[in-house]
Amino acid sequence: MQHISVNVDGTQYEGDVEPRTLLVHWLRNEVGKVGTVVGCDTSNCGACTILMNGRSVKSCSVLAVQADGASVTTIQGISTGDDWHPVQTAFKECHGLQCGYCTPGMVMSAIDLLGENPNPSEAEIREGLEGNLCRCTGYHNIVRSVEKAAELMGGAK
Amino acid sequence: MTETIDTSTPLGRPIKRKEDAKLLHGRTNWTDNIQLPGTLHMAILRSPYAHAKITKLDVTPALSRPNVIAAYGADELGDLNGSIPCVWPVVDDIVMPDFPSLAKGVVRHVGDCVAVVLATDPVHAADALEAIEVDYEPLPAVVNMQDAIKGGTLVHEDAANNVCYNYPFATGENYDDVKAKADVVVTRQWANQRLIPAFMEPRSVVAAPMGMSDEMTVWSSTQIPHVLRVLMALVTGIPENNLRIIAPDVGGGFGGKLQLYREEVLVTQLARKLGRPVKWTETRSEDMVATHHGRDHIQTIEIAATKDGKILGLKVHLLADMGAYLQIITPGIPILGMFMYPAIYKMDAYDFHCTGVFTNKTPTDAYRGAGRPEATYAIERIVDELAAELDMDPMELRKKNWIKHEEFPFTTVAGLTYDTGNYEAATAKALDLFGMDELRAEQKRRRESGDTVQLGIGISTFTEMCGLAPSRTLGALKYVAGGWEHATIRMLPTGKVELVTGTSPHGQGHETAWSQIASSILGIPVEDIEVVHSDTGRAPYGMDTYGSRSLAVGGQAIKKAAENLIEKARIIAAHQLECSPGDLEFVGGEFKVKGDPEKAQAIGAVAFEAFTAHNLPDGVEPTLQGEATVDPEDFSYPHGTHLAAMEVDTETGKVTLRKYVAVDDVGNQVNPMIVEGQVHGGLAQGIGQALYEGAFYDEDGLPLNANLSTYLIPAAPDLPSFITDRTTTPSTTHPLGTKGVGEAGAIASTPAIINGIVDALRPMGVTDVAMPATPMTVWKTIQSANQAAKGGQA
Repeated sequence: MQHISVNVDGTQYEGDVEPRTLLVHWLRNEVGKVGTVVGCDTSNCGACTILMNGRSVKSCSVLAVQADGASVTTIQGISTGDDWHPVQTAFKECHGLQCGYCTPGMVMSAIDLLGENPNPSEAEIREGLEGNLCRCTGYHNIVRSVEKAAELMGGAK
Repeated sequence: MTETIDTSTPLGRPIKRKEDAKLLHGRTNWTDNIQLPGTLHMAILRSPYAHAKITKLDVTPALSRPNVIAAYGADELGDLNGSIPCVWPVVDDIVMPDFPSLAKGVVRHVGDCVAVVLATDPVHAADALEAIEVDYEPLPAVVNMQDAIKGGTLVHEDAANNVCYNYPFATGENYDDVKAKADVVVTRQWANQRLIPAFMEPRSVVAAPMGMSDEMTVWSSTQIPHVLRVLMALVTGIPENNLRIIAPDVGGGFGGKLQLYREEVLVTQLARKLGRPVKWTETRSEDMVATHHGRDHIQTIEIAATKDGKILGLKVHLLADMGAYLQIITPGIPILGMFMYPAIYKMDAYDFHCTGVFTNKTPTDAYRGAGRPEATYAIERIVDELAAELDMDPMELRKKNWIKHEEFPFTTVAGLTYDTGNYEAATAKALDLFGMDELRAEQKRRRESGDTVQLGIGISTFTEMCGLAPSRTLGALKYVAGGWEHATIRMLPTGKVELVTGTSPHGQGHETAWSQIASSILGIPVEDIEVVHSDTGRAPYGMDTYGSRSLAVGGQAIKKAAENLIEKARIIAAHQLECSPGDLEFVGGEFKVKGDPEKAQAIGAVAFEAFTAHNLPDGVEPTLQGEATVDPEDFSYPHGTHLAAMEVDTETGKVTLRKYVAVDDVGNQVNPMIVEGQVHGGLAQGIGQALYEGAFYDEDGLPLNANLSTYLIPAAPDLPSFITDRTTTPSTTHPLGTKGVGEAGAIASTPAIINGIVDALRPMGVTDVAMPATPMTVWKTIQSANQAAKGGQA
């Protein structure tokens, strides 16, 4: 077992983990961040995407021990629930989700995408979200959501 | 009679979804989130072979592994090794082999369940699988249906030639007589390939014996908690009244969670045996071999027509891959499709035959559209081929043969009566949005200049049957359940409303849409209505969500329940207002005395009177609620015209979907935003079949792409934005005038895409492209056509 200390959504968590434990499993099972979900076992689907030190990563592709000392933000940390992050607002406004299972990862990837490129074209949005699979929406309204979020965040036209 | 939708109510408006707040903030309750004290986690040893005898199985070494509590093979499980029932024996002499939860001596597909380990955590349960001692004697695998029906190796000893059933169906005039009169007969054979539902939330199930009671609560990521309860009771022997099935937040289904899975039975049986909670969550790679697959038909289709393009008859012979076992409705899927091959076209004869075939592959069952996409693909493709044969414009050929709007209601050669439709209107709108003339002009330019990138235009003028279904019809088709739906609406004393539905959403937005329906009738704000669903303890009656039935059938029940509630409230209000019930009109949530609008009582006030019961008329029971259980009058027949502009790079085989127009007619819409979202998602899955997806096996029956790295579900860059619109021809058999929409996009889009690719390449001699039309497949098709052309010239 190895000792780790990770800031998750603003709170510092300490714990002992097996070296093989994936960050997503530690977040879900030990920290209770069940808003972050697992959709595959080949790091293709992106449902588990979080921000680690401000950049998006698939938390199934990071060992918990690699997150030692890091700052992690999950879908549960971007707003309190009473308030909404502009990306969350935009996804609701534009019907950018149906079953909602890919949504936590999609929102976190979109936040990172807009941080890097505040005014992305449709093609840039589609390329930027390539690592996040959705089976419900056909992506049409996810693209509209990210465009809307860019507007809400002051990036777009 | 249908009703005009009143724009002063929430009905028909694109209201933002109630469901989204929790989903967007991660405050979700997926089954895998459930962590009960003392839970044992189940891991499953699955067959690595497509077909083998189990010559040795010893689970005891696993018991000495860390944290392991129990391990079972079929022998150890004994009577608890329940078998999965098939509830759709489509013909009397169908072969229905035993389908035990754990294989008994023989494994029949990669992923077949062999043994289970239970440990106090999921990691050690999975680790301990390697300690199980198991030996297999591999047997030849039955992989290809055309070989399978010749006999030889049998998947099941009692299924001669691997045939599960034969289903003949001939209607109208004699097909051969009609064919003899035809000037043109076009015959084709197509593989409608095997697909994997690949909902984003992997399946998960938790079963827990609840304290001192006999109740067993089962949480499952399922589309069908109510049907599951009945089947689970039958399989396990647990009294149905002691079973509570809950489908918490469910992350997509697309038919893949319309099932009783063996893992659900195992978890429930082991929770009962061990007296503590048991949980199992599949990995994605397990999902791809253990969750049922869809499609996998070989279609031989023949169309007979006159030289001026009048369709005379249609003959369809199917081989339908059942896979290794029958899941709950496996045999019925091609039969649902059977009705839809004649589609929107008038003709005199229809001759259908389906052979269900066992193979050593994952069982098939419902996947978005379930039989109708296969049928629609075949008919819309063959109509294009007939047009090419006749040198007619494919749209003109369709117009010549489709049912005209003034001819509805129309009984098709397959025996269905379509209530309404307007193919002319949907097509006119689609052509306008598409810019057909400009695109045909560009296609001509590219052809004439010999451009390496050719343009093709794909058409699909589809209809489908959904809204499953009139119970008597299901009975006539030998389906063992009904197709009704239930709703209860309760007015609470504080003015809030509980709307209990038997539908079971997993992404469709029922909480929002059902609130809109009830709000429009009761005059209660949408936000004051809570939709209760997917828990047999709280919503005891229902037939769940599949077959685009939830609005088409469940919506009717909500409307009728609300109306029943108002009728009771009217009696109470009349008593309070000292008038007769006939003197009251109900407008905007208030009962008003006709001619004396000052005298009024709001429905919430009536609910409070019904709660206190201080001053009710004699014979009226306290509480205010309305209930309804509705059996639909008929299926629902949405339709539409879809057009695709396909660019094909003739040097590389790369295909680009440049423009996609979908004009759907789903009758009246409750929430057009949700309707459009359903269309978008269906399009992605239908286009996925055409261009990207397919579950493939090698000659030994080993899956070649059973994970999300190699099974390509479309990602964002693989699809364009869609141009969608609607025409509105209200249903006359459904009281809200609505039609189903959940499957339409998936049904319509696949042939539009392939017709577009073939249209681009037809001048090169191409008449077909196999699915999925990957660059390699398209490139090889072009090469073969070039070779044939050279051969022809030599």
